[in-house]
Amino acid sequence: MYGNVYTAMIEIKGLHKSYHMGSNSLHVLKGIDFNVAEGEMVAIMGSSGSGKSTLLNILGMLDEADEGTYSLDATPIKNLNEKIAARYRNKFLGFVFQSFNLISYKSAIDNVAMPLYYQGMKRAERMERAMSYLKKVGLADWASHLPNELSGGQKQRVAIARALASEPKVLLADEPTGALDSTTSYEVMEIIQAINDEGKTILIVTHEDDIAHMCKRIVHLKDGLIIDDTKVNQVRAKQATNV
Amino acid sequence: MFNIERWQEIFETISKNKLRTFLTGLSVASGIFILVILLGFGQGMQNGIAKEFEQDATNRISVWTGVTTVEHKGLNPGRFIELTNEDYDFLIKKYEDDLEFKSSIYRIWSGIATYKTESGSYRVEGVYPDYQFIENATLSHGRFINYTDQDNYEKVITIGHKVYKDLFEKGEDPVGKQIQISGINFKVIGVYTDPGGEREESRIFLPLSTAQRVFNAGNKVRNLGFTLQRKATFQEALQQSIQFSAEIESFLKERHIVAPEDTGAINVFNTLEEAKRFYDLMAMIKLFFWVVGICTIIAGVVGVSNIMLIIVKERTKEIGVRKAIGAQPWSIIGMILHEAIFITAFAGFLGLIVSMGLLELVGPNIEIDYIVNPSVNFNVALTTVFVLILAGTLAGFFPAWRAARIKPIEALREE
Repeated sequence: MYGNVYTAMIEIKGLHKSYHMGSNSLHVLKGIDFNVAEGEMVAIMGSSGSGKSTLLNILGMLDEADEGTYSLDATPIKNLNEKIAARYRNKFLGFVFQSFNLISYKSAIDNVAMPLYYQGMKRAERMERAMSYLKKVGLADWASHLPNELSGGQKQRVAIARALASEPKVLLADEPTGALDSTTSYEVMEIIQAINDEGKTILIVTHEDDIAHMCKRIVHLKDGLIIDDTKVNQVRAKQATNV
Repeated sequence: MFNIERWQEIFETISKNKLRTFLTGLSVASGIFILVILLGFGQGMQNGIAKEFEQDATNRISVWTGVTTVEHKGLNPGRFIELTNEDYDFLIKKYEDDLEFKSSIYRIWSGIATYKTESGSYRVEGVYPDYQFIENATLSHGRFINYTDQDNYEKVITIGHKVYKDLFEKGEDPVGKQIQISGINFKVIGVYTDPGGEREESRIFLPLSTAQRVFNAGNKVRNLGFTLQRKATFQEALQQSIQFSAEIESFLKERHIVAPEDTGAINVFNTLEEAKRFYDLMAMIKLFFWVVGICTIIAGVVGVSNIMLIIVKERTKEIGVRKAIGAQPWSIIGMILHEAIFITAFAGFLGLIVSMGLLELVGPNIEIDYIVNPSVNFNVALTTVFVLILAGTLAGFFPAWRAARIKPIEALREE
């Protein structure tokens, strides 16, 4: 914005996380230093057990780090109680999960409107906003359908609309294409790229190379450490589909 | 607390989970339903028993005689004991201060009464004027026999309502009319009604003196009937009547040379003692109904808790999702409780209304001995509904609280 001033959306330093299962202790994150600027689109890669999902959960305030600092949009994230974590999640973050996690008895539009309910928005306004996001993911005609009447790709698009509805600072996606075939995956990635084009910061956890290359930067995790962090030339999903 | 958005959310959840809602509701509604019906029948039985005792004064003490069954002082068993005017006179003199109403009775079991072309067979009883109160009779026409009739051997009768209905045309004034009983003319001076119903109302009363004379009974009487002066408390009254019964029984047995252990010759029936026995039994039955009812309610509460637990378990993932998108712990607890309270309250009142409606509708038509107009105290029923709602809330709170404490990451992992 002002010359060279680097606006960090996410800043983490020396992040450690262990899981304890009985007498065994599993050190998952062993000191992660990691910054994400506003408007970036970052893929976090790594084999299973590398700690990538744990990292995303900590970033998403779904889980807490044992050690290290984390700030999100210049707000230090620490000593969270449930109440504050809930407020921050609602204010800063949008989640997209591999298994969609839509509420099965609510229609597409009601699912999208739910974060807005927790923001205390009035129903009419909520529905209007939800509808505009459904339009954005191309599902305006499916607004009144229940999740089980939608295809996998459509479900994920509803989930993306829901994640966006609260107008978060950062979109966190955990294997967003993990449950989808490649054509559908590319459709979903196309939408995610379009959102990034509008300036939204996006983090995607994936183990698929083609998906990772549709981001602007790839971070490789191995055994709880970042082993590689490179900017890449973004492959546009639209072109990939046409290949 | 009243938040239209929350209500919309609840209604949406309820309308989309009909089976779950129905099952929760059913356990609550049936609990209340069974309780109300049980309490209703408890009340019905109490009413029924109360009615049985209404036919006579509740503190009536009756004496009647029979045949001796035990040899006593050299006299063989099988003697028929008959009471006399002297027994009666002696007793009322001795217990003058204790007695409220008193009468001796000479009875003909079936006297043929004829009026114009109509006739019927009725119990004909020669009694004293007090007998009206011992019988708990109320006059609908004219008057009861009095002491003047008694002293003058008047041939006057007070007839039961049934007798009046049988012999007279509808609307005809019976007072002053002549009825023939066993060929002797009697003048009707009144008609009475009795809470005991037709059986008690198909009797004809005449002065004892007249009865003894016209039926050639000499100084014999068949029965004695007494009521004692009212006492401040039931216990006192009961105590006094038990003592009085025992005293007159032993006195009469001695006078007529009957063995003290002979149960056939002289009988004293103490209505109050009998009533107490019935009311004690009634209290036990009511207590039993309450216990069964409360157990039913407990079963209902356990049912609700169970279903709430299942609901929370089933919705763990949903709760995780809600938390991930910004739901605060209290909003989760609130959501689950709100739903639980709404369903319990709705189903509870539904059960209440249906059962009360059933009692209202069917209750008055029930004509079984010892069950009269089963009904239930509305406040009691309402209280149970609120207790159930409270219990349902408590039952729902702990699972909800636990659910709200689950970390979203764990909840999301749940399948």
